[in-house]
Amino acid sequence: MDALLKIRNLKKDFAFGSLLSRLRITAVDDVSFDVMPAEIFALAGESGCGKTTTARLILGFEEPTSGTIIYKKGKKRRKPKKREKVWFTQGVQAVFQNPFETFNPLRRAERYFFETVRNYGLAKGGRCAESLIDETLNAVGLSFKEVSGRYPSEFSGGQLQRVSIARALLTKPSLLLADEPVSMVDASIRMSIVNLFKQLRDEFGVSVIYITHDLATAYYVCDRIAIMFRGHIVEMGEVENVLMAPKHPYTKLLRESIPEADPKKRWKESVSLTDIEHEEYLRKGCRFAGRCPEVMDVCRENVPPDFTVDGVFVKCFLYDEEGLMTQIRQSAVTDDAE
Amino acid sequence: MNGVMPRTVLRTEQLKAFYILDAFGTEKIVKAVNGVSVQIRENEVYGISGESGCGKTTLLKALYSAIEPPLRLVGGKVLYVRDGEEIDPYSLSKEEKRRLRWEYVSYVPQGSMSVLNPVKKLKDSYSDFLESHVEGKTRRDTTAIAKRHLHELGLPPRVLDAYPHQLSGGMRQRVTIALAALLGPRIMIADEPTTALDVVVQRGVIQLLKSIQESLKNTIVLVTHDMGVQANIADRIGIMYAGVMIEESTVERVFEEPLHPYTQYLINSLPKFGDKSMRQSAPGSPPSLEKLPSGCPFHPRCPHAMDVCLQEMPEVVDVGKNHRVACWLVEGGGDGRAP
Repeated sequence: MDALLKIRNLKKDFAFGSLLSRLRITAVDDVSFDVMPAEIFALAGESGCGKTTTARLILGFEEPTSGTIIYKKGKKRRKPKKREKVWFTQGVQAVFQNPFETFNPLRRAERYFFETVRNYGLAKGGRCAESLIDETLNAVGLSFKEVSGRYPSEFSGGQLQRVSIARALLTKPSLLLADEPVSMVDASIRMSIVNLFKQLRDEFGVSVIYITHDLATAYYVCDRIAIMFRGHIVEMGEVENVLMAPKHPYTKLLRESIPEADPKKRWKESVSLTDIEHEEYLRKGCRFAGRCPEVMDVCRENVPPDFTVDGVFVKCFLYDEEGLMTQIRQSAVTDDAE
Repeated sequence: MNGVMPRTVLRTEQLKAFYILDAFGTEKIVKAVNGVSVQIRENEVYGISGESGCGKTTLLKALYSAIEPPLRLVGGKVLYVRDGEEIDPYSLSKEEKRRLRWEYVSYVPQGSMSVLNPVKKLKDSYSDFLESHVEGKTRRDTTAIAKRHLHELGLPPRVLDAYPHQLSGGMRQRVTIALAALLGPRIMIADEPTTALDVVVQRGVIQLLKSIQESLKNTIVLVTHDMGVQANIADRIGIMYAGVMIEESTVERVFEEPLHPYTQYLINSLPKFGDKSMRQSAPGSPPSLEKLPSGCPFHPRCPHAMDVCLQEMPEVVDVGKNHRVACWLVEGGGDGRAP
């Protein structure tokens, strides 16, 4: 099966500070992944790992410094024609973190639906549009009657997030980009939103890029997962392999640090934390080297390539079985000799 | 329990705290805490959980005696037990209350960025704080005390020379917690101390809270909506729903044998590693505290709702083994398990 979305060597630099003391941070560094049709793909990591920047690059809110984004064989261009843009946004829709910020509080929720219908020419005439909107709202467990005439503040957080998802579904997209869609929703109704993504995948064949910091829900909902750390994807593969048998030391740390909802599984050891975050971005080799319990000399100097272990991509020299490490070391020695 | 009842340090009796708002002549009453009785013991971590808008933070404010209009104490009592003596903080003078704060009960608020003064170095914040509570100390003494304190808690003393914005969120939160523990309070009240932190950092913050509690042998009242955090640190948990404490027990029992249907939904909907079976959320959405449903506030969402639930709020009953629950299913003499 062909991939729905192909991301290749995506990179984004941000610069901070004044002209004289410029600080360049690579927020997304050499990120490549595929999203298959009817698949929930999770991009997980802590804040500042580049997951939201990746989403913004895909949606075209930011221009990548380098790299390519290919959606259904159509390469995303720097300055797309209007027709291309409409085609792309019709297929790729977004759901954001806080539904109360997604919608303008002074605008009735249904206005967004009619606007989307008009922008994409989805229906002819008001009656036709209404039935289309009703149909879409039914898919998320709401109806046009419940939504029409109401302002965003009149919905609960969970309901409004459903409205936001329904709005995204209106164009019948093949890919939904959901950036932390449940982090603002109460625990008791969180799973109903998460289940909705599963249902969309199974019934309509919609693919979802599920961006989250919550590995437990990611495990529950997604098929494949990529763990990001300071701009790199450090581990990527089937969720069962990645989260149940983590390979990269960072994934291990992350996995152990999730407080499990089981009083019998309390933590015993302690962790070390960084004081200053941007130092990790500027690190030369592997960015986890400063905190890694299994750090080697080579990690401090070189960014590890992706190694494949049991069908999982791991960006870590620990899995370097073919001796790439020694090659690098040798070449360093010869460089010195010259 | 070894026969000896642990001593209570903080208790409330039918506490009611409402927000009374006067908007254009019409009075609006938000019943944020609606009759809560808890007994919090010495040397324990007492967790309070519930959805946003269930009154957790308001309960904490009442416990810390920081009630300010439009929030008002409508009924009931908060009592601190200090050296066997019961003190009602609301009857104290301003000065007495100020003495009590930080020395006997301290507070770790949500969002550490707004706690520390952004234009002062941390050592100045520490000094200000020490000068107002400990008399006859010079600047050098206070800095030395602050340094020693941070060192004991395993935090780098060099943060004292930094401004709050120069620290990472996790370090800032830990410094705030350290500040709250500086005078060795018997009760520490923490409001969502780990929310908005990354998992690894969150773990560090929880570790710090735990180690403070273990060394001071004091009481921590921890509010968080994250059940994973509760499972990791709390000894006992109270679950709040719409301003009422609906269930309270040891952490093990709440996770293994929740009796209230709401708690059951809450626990059963938690995703677990290694288990991909379908999870169900509680139906409906949380009620508005302005217009509470009649009877038990959970009845519109409850799959086991009976006629009596629509009419009357169930009393909190003790089902033994440190387990208290407010539900008619339990009142009815059954074992409370959903039929």
